[in-house]
Amino acid sequence: MSLLTPAETIALALSFKVSLVGVVCSLPVAIGCAWLLARKRFFGKPLFEGLLLLPLILPPVVTGYVLLIVFGHHGAIGRWLDAAGLSIAFRWTGAALAAAVMAFPLLVVALRNAFESVDRRLENAAATLGAGAWRIFFSVTLPLSLRGLVAGLALAFARAFGEFGATITFVSSIPGQTRTLPIALYELISTPGGEGGALRLTLVAVIVALLAGLIAALMLLRGGAREVEA
Amino acid sequence: MIDLDLALQRGEFSLEFALASPARALALFGPSGCGKTSTLLAIAGLLRPRRGHIAINDHVLFDSRTGADLATARRDLGVVFQDARLFPHLTARENLRYGMPRNATVQAFDDVVQLLQLSALLKRKPGQLSGGQIRRVAIGRALLRRPHALLLDEPLANLHREARVEVLEHLRGLKREFALTTILVSHQPDEVIALADQVARIEDGRLVALEGIESFRASAKSLNAPHLRAAG
Repeated sequence: MSLLTPAETIALALSFKVSLVGVVCSLPVAIGCAWLLARKRFFGKPLFEGLLLLPLILPPVVTGYVLLIVFGHHGAIGRWLDAAGLSIAFRWTGAALAAAVMAFPLLVVALRNAFESVDRRLENAAATLGAGAWRIFFSVTLPLSLRGLVAGLALAFARAFGEFGATITFVSSIPGQTRTLPIALYELISTPGGEGGALRLTLVAVIVALLAGLIAALMLLRGGAREVEA
Repeated sequence: MIDLDLALQRGEFSLEFALASPARALALFGPSGCGKTSTLLAIAGLLRPRRGHIAINDHVLFDSRTGADLATARRDLGVVFQDARLFPHLTARENLRYGMPRNATVQAFDDVVQLLQLSALLKRKPGQLSGGQIRRVAIGRALLRRPHALLLDEPLANLHREARVEVLEHLRGLKREFALTTILVSHQPDEVIALADQVARIEDGRLVALEGIESFRASAKSLNAPHLRAAG
């Protein structure tokens, strides 16, 4: 006997899909931005950093509304996507975009810290051995940042999994399409007799968040222990 | 031929000197903070001089007048850092292979492993190696890059007595086996006498003397450094 109703299971599966796709898609961009912040000095860097962190600071509804303006059916980019048959508004892909945007700052912050903790002298040593910037990054910087990367991914996944405000504003609450676990939970709370379902989904959300937090803490703690040993 | 004409600034410290040395092994000798390591970093391309000219065996690495400034990765130098800088996530074998040219032969790898007695260490990570072993892997890694010159920054620093003797023996063997132009940075006279043919004495960022090894040995002995006996 399943612990969740079919509708709750669908919402849970959708949340996993949306969070996973959102985090995976934002990862390359986050890596690039974090590396720029950790390794380069350039004009307007504080402004650039502030812009990257904006989704963390803005009310999620505002972020969702901005996404709607840009990627909605009449939006600057949305109309082009519609014309190309790649519409994302009110679809699960839109929910994934909202999740990616909201999780992005957490990834950037975690990765930036991880890159900054890598001894630059090792990167210099790699350069003296003939390695170019890409090889140095993939053979030295990234492997030595792995714990920070995993911690960042876990936190970003948890953030994406719990995303509500931007998602409901941008893609609404369409069962099977955009009704993720937090939105389904909200619907249950608003419906008389939905307390049991709300409790079940709350439990699932807490377990996922705890697991993500545990992974992040383990990674960061073990990373810290190694640095002390060295 | 080692041709250096350097002017560089690091905060308050300024380094400025020129020398041309025909020696196969040149030591930059002087007290801590005199600019030896800065010179080595500038040769390696890790510090940019304000102006000057750096060439080794007519291979121009930097020239402020012509704008030549080869990227570190393209200088074809083997650098052994004072702190070794082995990659901690890679095994000794992976560290050794890191800078090997694509067309390098297995024989070349085996030769260096044999010369430096590294075969028993290949599967270990740097965290599982002793100070002397780490230094030997770092030397092997620099050699396997097949460099046209070797830069050694205090290669015996922070090693206990047995490890110093062990690494010094290997460096001597290396000098015999490879006809490599070498620039050695050291503040230890025994290290210099054992490994160099000519010595550039540097003090406070200036060259105060460029002398042959015999002259250096005589002046060092007059200072009566007891550890010189170990250098032979």
